[in-house]
This record gives sequence, structure tokens and C-alpha cells, in this order.
Amino acid sequence: MTTAPTTSPGTGATVPPLLELRGVSVSFDGFLALNDLNLRLAPGELRAVIGPNGAGKTTFLDVITGKVRPTSGEVLFRGRSLVGTAEHRIARLGIGRKFQTPRVYENLSPRRNLELAVSRRCSPFDLLFGRLDATARDRVQHLLGVVGLELLAQQPAGGLSHGQKQWLEIAMLVAQDPQLLLVDEPVAGLTDEETERTADLLRQLAGEHTVLVIEHDMEFIRDLQSPVTVLHEGRVLCEGSMDQVQSDPQVIEVYLGRESEGEFK
Amino acid sequence: MAELFSTRTLGRWLPWLLIVLAALLLPVLLPPFRLNLLGRFLALGIAALGIDLIWGFTGLLSLGQGIFFALGGYALGMHLQLQALQPGQLPEFFSLYGVKALPAFWQPFHSALFTLFAIWLVPALVAGVLGYLVFRNRIKGVYFSILTQAALLVFFNFFNGQQKLINGTNGLKTDTARILGQLAGSDGMQRNLFWLTLVLVIGAFLLCRWLTGGRFGDALIAIRDDEPRLRFTGYNPTAYKTVVFAVAGALAGISGALYTVQSGIVSPQYMAVPFSIEMVIWVAVGGRGTLIGAVLGAVLINYAKSLVSEALPETWLFIQGGLFLLVVTALPDGLVGWWRSGGPGRIRAMVGWPAPAATYPELDLDPAVQAEKTEWQGGGR
Repeated sequence: MTTAPTTSPGTGATVPPLLELRGVSVSFDGFLALNDLNLRLAPGELRAVIGPNGAGKTTFLDVITGKVRPTSGEVLFRGRSLVGTAEHRIARLGIGRKFQTPRVYENLSPRRNLELAVSRRCSPFDLLFGRLDATARDRVQHLLGVVGLELLAQQPAGGLSHGQKQWLEIAMLVAQDPQLLLVDEPVAGLTDEETERTADLLRQLAGEHTVLVIEHDMEFIRDLQSPVTVLHEGRVLCEGSMDQVQSDPQVIEVYLGRESEGEFK
Repeated sequence: MAELFSTRTLGRWLPWLLIVLAALLLPVLLPPFRLNLLGRFLALGIAALGIDLIWGFTGLLSLGQGIFFALGGYALGMHLQLQALQPGQLPEFFSLYGVKALPAFWQPFHSALFTLFAIWLVPALVAGVLGYLVFRNRIKGVYFSILTQAALLVFFNFFNGQQKLINGTNGLKTDTARILGQLAGSDGMQRNLFWLTLVLVIGAFLLCRWLTGGRFGDALIAIRDDEPRLRFTGYNPTAYKTVVFAVAGALAGISGALYTVQSGIVSPQYMAVPFSIEMVIWVAVGGRGTLIGAVLGAVLINYAKSLVSEALPETWLFIQGGLFLLVVTALPDGLVGWWRSGGPGRIRAMVGWPAPAATYPELDLDPAVQAEKTEWQGGGR
């Protein structure tokens, strides 16, 4: 149901896509970070996006979440254009984002971090006069258990380890309950065991949610068993399963070319 | 009955007991001059609470709180000027500049009720509008500080130059006006104003504690810690920052009005740049992010300032600068933060008298552990 080949990229025309990018270009003072990018994500899909440094992966997320406005092209979420919508409104439409480095509120406890994320009503008035309902509080408790932070729930999150912060941020994303999860390098700096558990978690989330993962770690992408999109110089180079992508001559050239450049750094 | 005197109940009631005792005893013990000073400094504590909200909790350093402080002071000052007049009369200073009719914006200040609202609502609205424009454009950090200071200078110069509207540099005197039939500058009235200030400081403190204690306060801290993260979670930080800046403005306005009526004058000097920076120093020294620290910082520093200035008039600025350096380098959380993080215990340990080691409560009850503990303590000294 989650990652069947029928939902493979480009052919999912039978189901209306949850997210669609049509000819998106982003130009920073003439430099094209994204160049006529086209992409469709079906509901419930788990998709991995890879690409060498500077391929435009993070700009791609910035465009979807409203941080960067595309120079041209259209971003559609459930058929609705997102271009020009404020970040917090896009988030409330059901798009959650996890950043590359773990970003949690360091002076708040994990419980309070999650309580802010789980809240459905986000205006100052609601936070002053409204109370978190029992379902939401149960959800917070449940998520604390899932990420193993029950005992640390009351300490400031700044004291957590790198891995614990990564997991807390993923838990915050889940608490937000978005339809689309955008996950930027979730396993950077994690141990092998933590990486495996993260892959499991993301696979579980797919189906009910649509998940898009950006990652460098090829082992991890293989673990996800999901279709892969390769970005290069701001456009989609190719799409397919991990095996297809890895045997694609273009991809090999791009990666090998880049790697030898990287050695000079 | 025994429960009434347990440590916990005592801890809860002791501060209130001390406040009531202070309110009753200080007017008797202190000479009117000292009491008046204390009242003024407590009033400044309300402005400091506002700075703590916007800076200590939300992370936005405003160097322009003097604007709102002075606006509150002027609102009350204008009302008191009009209060003393016969119908048709103008405040005296207008005749110096050949003004024949009361400017239109003075008219509503005939009403005491209007004035009571204007004292906090006008600064709140000015702060709200200014804040909204600034925050909507995502101006923060040092740019926000510079912008608030620039706004302060604009207001300062404007008020200084408008003799025909609000008596320019000279400001408005309040001590010859009457409040409820009593002379504003009289000892009796000043004692009443001290009590009023005490009540309002406590009210402002409780308001701030309510604002920061729940999820609203969490959102403010989240803005300080990682604003984009909060935005991508679906919150609009602009709304929160605007609300908090407006509340801080309202608190500064109330503070300014109370300070004015206890000093006998409001003038553009309240919008001088150094004064707004001093407000920030009170909060930094007392402990930013701790509400009680803001009030304590304002009262202690100002009391120290007046005592030092009486004895050694030239030295205060050096002491104030030194205090600020000390806090920035050694006590980033201020005096209260230092106290709460076990500072006194560290001093004690430094002079060779460490505090008894704490264990789990259930362990404490174990007779074997207790025996060992007393033995260890005995040996330790």
C-alpha cells in the first residue's frame, strides 16, 4: 500500500497528486538554484530525494514550505497553489518540515516542545485562554514514549544528545500530524542503530502520511525501499528504484564527477 | 493546624506576609523623602517587567521603552494640568507661547476616566503599530534594537521641540495639581501613591507570571530559541511579538504615569537615550527571564544609585558600568539566576564550608544512611 511500484513517479496519473511542482525555477541573482523542476507526489507515498551538494535539495524544500518564492512555476498542494502563502499558513495546511540540523526549543522541556507542536490552534489568544485537550496530552505522552524521552521529559531539551534531539524533532513533526512530511537529512550524525530505527519509523509513517526524505546516506535510502528522485543542477536527473538509479549512467557520471571534485576541497 | 505551619505553606505565604508588612511598616519607618524614592523605583519595576517580557522571554532587545514610559507620564501630566483649572482657563505655560485655545488633543484629558485608559492604551497602541510594522518585515536582533533607539530619538526630538503643544523641554509639572481633593505633592498623597504603586507592581507581576507561565510563555521562549522552527510548526511569530511588545508598552506607560506623579514632573528627559538603556541594565542585573529579578533589579539599582549619588556624586556611572560588565561576563542570568542556580552554595563551598550532600528522600530516611551522614558532616567541619 505504501511503496508499491504502481505509485512510481510520473505514472501516478490515476490518483490526483498530493503535491505537484510544475516547471519551478528559483534564481538567486542569476544563479539558478532550481531549473524547471517537475515533480509529483502521490498521497501516501514515501519518496527519497538525493543529489550531490548544490543540486538544489534544500532550496526545493524552501520552495514547498514558502521560505523561498519561486521565480517561475507553480507549486500545488491538494490542487491549491502555495506560491505566495506565508510559511505558517502552509504549515497549517498540512506540510511539516524537519530541518537538516536538529532544531528544537532548547530552553523548553521535550514535553513542552511537543505540546507546542501538537496544538491545533496556534493564535496568541488560543494559547492564553485555551487548554490542551486530553487527546492531545495523551498524544504527547505517547510520542515521548515512542522516542524514549519519558524520563527526560521535564529537563530543558538543550541538554539532550544529538540523536535525542533528532528524534525529538521527528516526534514534533509527527505531533503536528501533517499530511506531507518533508525530512531533510534525518540521519546525519546518528549511529547505525539509530539510523535503522529512523528508517523503520519513516516507513511506518508512510501510507497514513506522505513522506519526502532528503538524504546523502545511500545505505539509509536503500533501507527505505522507496522510489528515488535524483536532483542535479536544480532539475530532476532521473527517477526510479534505488537499483535503477544506481545503474543509470548519467547518475554515475554526476556522482563520480562530483566526488573527485570533492577531494580537492 | 500543624499543616498551616509546614514549610511549603510557609513558602507560599511568606512573600505575601512580607509584602503586607512592608506596606504597613515602611511608611512609618521611612522618612517621606525615602518612601517617595522607593515608590518611584517600584514604579520603574513595572517598566522593567515589560522589558523582561520582550527581551528576557522573547529575545528582542528594545532600547526604546522610554517612548511608552513618557507617553504614559504625559497622559497623566496633561490631565493633572487641566484638573487645577477654572472653566475656560488654559494651563499657564500656553500664555508664554501665545497659544489662545487648548489644542484639540488636550480636550479628552479633561476626563479622568479617559486618562485612566489613555495611560496604558496609548502606549500599547503605539507599541502595537510600531511593533507590527517592524516584526512583519522580520526585523530582529541588533536591527530591532537600533530601530527602537532611532524611534526613541524621533520622539525625544519631537517632544523637545513642541513648546506650543506640550511645553517642549520644560515638560509638565504635576505636584501642584489636586488628586481627589488632595495636593499631589503632599506627604499624605505620596504615601497613598506608594501603596497604589505597590498594588500595581504586584498586579503587573501576576499578569506577567500568567502570560509566561503557560503555553503562551512557551511560545515566547520558542521564538527566542528558534523562530523559523516555530513558524514551520504553524505559528505566526509576528502576532506573538506584536502582542508582547504592546503589553510591554502598556506596562511602561503605567510605570511612567506612576513615576511622573511621584516625581512631580514629566519631561522629554524620560525619552533620553541613556535612560532607556538603564532600564535594560536593571533587568540584566536582576536576572532576565526571571520576573522577580526585573523588579528587584530596578529597585536595587536605583536605590543604590540615589545612595551613591548622595555620598560620592561622581562615581555612580563607573559603578553602574562595572555592574553591567560583571553581569555580562560572570552572571549571564543576573542576580536571581545566580541565586537559583545555587550561587550562594558555591560561595559557601569556596570559603571551605560545603553544603551537606543531597540524596534521594527515601535514602535520607534510611537509618544507616542518616548515621553516616551525620558522621560525615561532623568530620567535614
